[in-house]
Amino acid sequence: MNYGKKVLEHFTKPHNMGELKNPDGVGKVGNPRCGDEMWIYIKITKKRGEEVIKDIKFKTFGCVSAIATSSVLTDLVKGKTMEQALLVDNKDVAKALGGLPPIKMHCSVLAEEGLKAAIKDYKKRLKKV
Amino acid sequence: MKAYFDHGATTPIDPEVLKAMTPFLKQRFGNAASLHKLGREASEAVENSREAIAKFIGAKPEEIVFTSGGTESNNFAIKGIAFAKKKGHLIVSKIEHDCVLNSARWLEKQGFEVTYLSVDDEGFVSPEELRKAIQDDTFLVSVMHANNEIGTIQPLKEISKVCREKGVLLHSDACQSLTKVSVNIDDLGVDLMTINSHKIYGPKGVGALYIRKGVKIDPYFSGGGHENGKRSGTLNVPGIIGFGKSVQINHKVGHVKKLRNIFMKGVEKRISDVKLNGPRGDKRLANNANYSFKYIEGEGLLFRLDSHGIAVSTASACASNTLEPSHVLTSIGLPHEIAHGAIRFTFGKDNTLQEVEYVLDKLEKEVKELRKMSPYKRGWK
Repeated sequence: MNYGKKVLEHFTKPHNMGELKNPDGVGKVGNPRCGDEMWIYIKITKKRGEEVIKDIKFKTFGCVSAIATSSVLTDLVKGKTMEQALLVDNKDVAKALGGLPPIKMHCSVLAEEGLKAAIKDYKKRLKKV
Repeated sequence: MKAYFDHGATTPIDPEVLKAMTPFLKQRFGNAASLHKLGREASEAVENSREAIAKFIGAKPEEIVFTSGGTESNNFAIKGIAFAKKKGHLIVSKIEHDCVLNSARWLEKQGFEVTYLSVDDEGFVSPEELRKAIQDDTFLVSVMHANNEIGTIQPLKEISKVCREKGVLLHSDACQSLTKVSVNIDDLGVDLMTINSHKIYGPKGVGALYIRKGVKIDPYFSGGGHENGKRSGTLNVPGIIGFGKSVQINHKVGHVKKLRNIFMKGVEKRISDVKLNGPRGDKRLANNANYSFKYIEGEGLLFRLDSHGIAVSTASACASNTLEPSHVLTSIGLPHEIAHGAIRFTFGKDNTLQEVEYVLDKLEKEVKELRKMSPYKRGWK
């Protein structure tokens, strides 16, 4: 597997790895049977009436690219408004890593889905309150 | 520090082997089929190699056919025997190397019938199950001597007894076992056996097929009739010289086994939630250890170890081009999520105790790190 430098950097020293205490939303995507599962935790705050991702962390079971896409996703959306964050798609994730081997593109899809699942969970929790 | 623990994939060329080969890459470059002095010299050297290899496995020189390696030998054996038979049934184990399995699948498309024989949870073929699978029209059984991933050494003697009784030919891929355990063809009772050079400190691109005298086989390569018409193509003279030398060097199996055992003890003492894949004891190849590290995935661990200069291999689906987990690990009944965390460590004659301690330190550290990253922990199956 030929990984780029950026991918290996994120894999070796991932950013925002871990859990958040009292998260506002958690997204769990993937399946260990297929070799990767990603959990994304988010903390939301309101700034000038807009919802902003104040903090984000991840836990991932998976290969080099699953861990690298998790890490770079957190960089891409941390501090962004919810609206901006929802515009981040798998291509942005792969691009931020300087590209992924074609067979590993599904890892970037997992990262996009993980974030969207966390936001969905956050919105669901809002409704319940 | 650098530490190579992937001798099951390939080995470095031994200095003695290289020394023996070098003249045949330079001034002694003759074609072994040429009639002039240069050619005759090459041919003589090839025959000396053939003799050394034959002697090493207890065969006659004329029963050794040189090929380009394990894949060709396995293709040649299985397809060559099938072509000579024209039709019928063959049996291969489910944990054979892909070149055996895919040869069998290809023959199925040509109208042959194939049984893929199951193995138990340590990877053993049962001679009794084999007996039940043999049909009236079965002409060939192919069971590897030792498995490349989990090191299981098959009970070939018992398997060959069944084959003899039933009048069926037995082929065995012995690429992993050659020089690690005895591969005497009469002790094992094989009719055809695949061996190759680059797993035993010889050069890549050369192997051989042992074909018992009297066994009918169709050539796989058509051409000028080299190797008594069994395998056409100009002989890879330097490769064959290297191969011949590589069976004569000291493979230090005792040393390798000692290091492997220290490693296994270390892993099981220092790291929790690990599973050894394959058997323990003498029925496992002396140079092989294969562990699943639960809650993490193998490709990630491989790259972490690689960053410390440690070379290992993984059967994780994530590291394959198909994203399918290893057929060997699923055949021994491992759930996919455990198969994904499998790493193979294969030791060699030049490894040192210091290297084993180094890999144990880094392994313990990186497994811990990756587990911190994983959403799973104890309790998850």
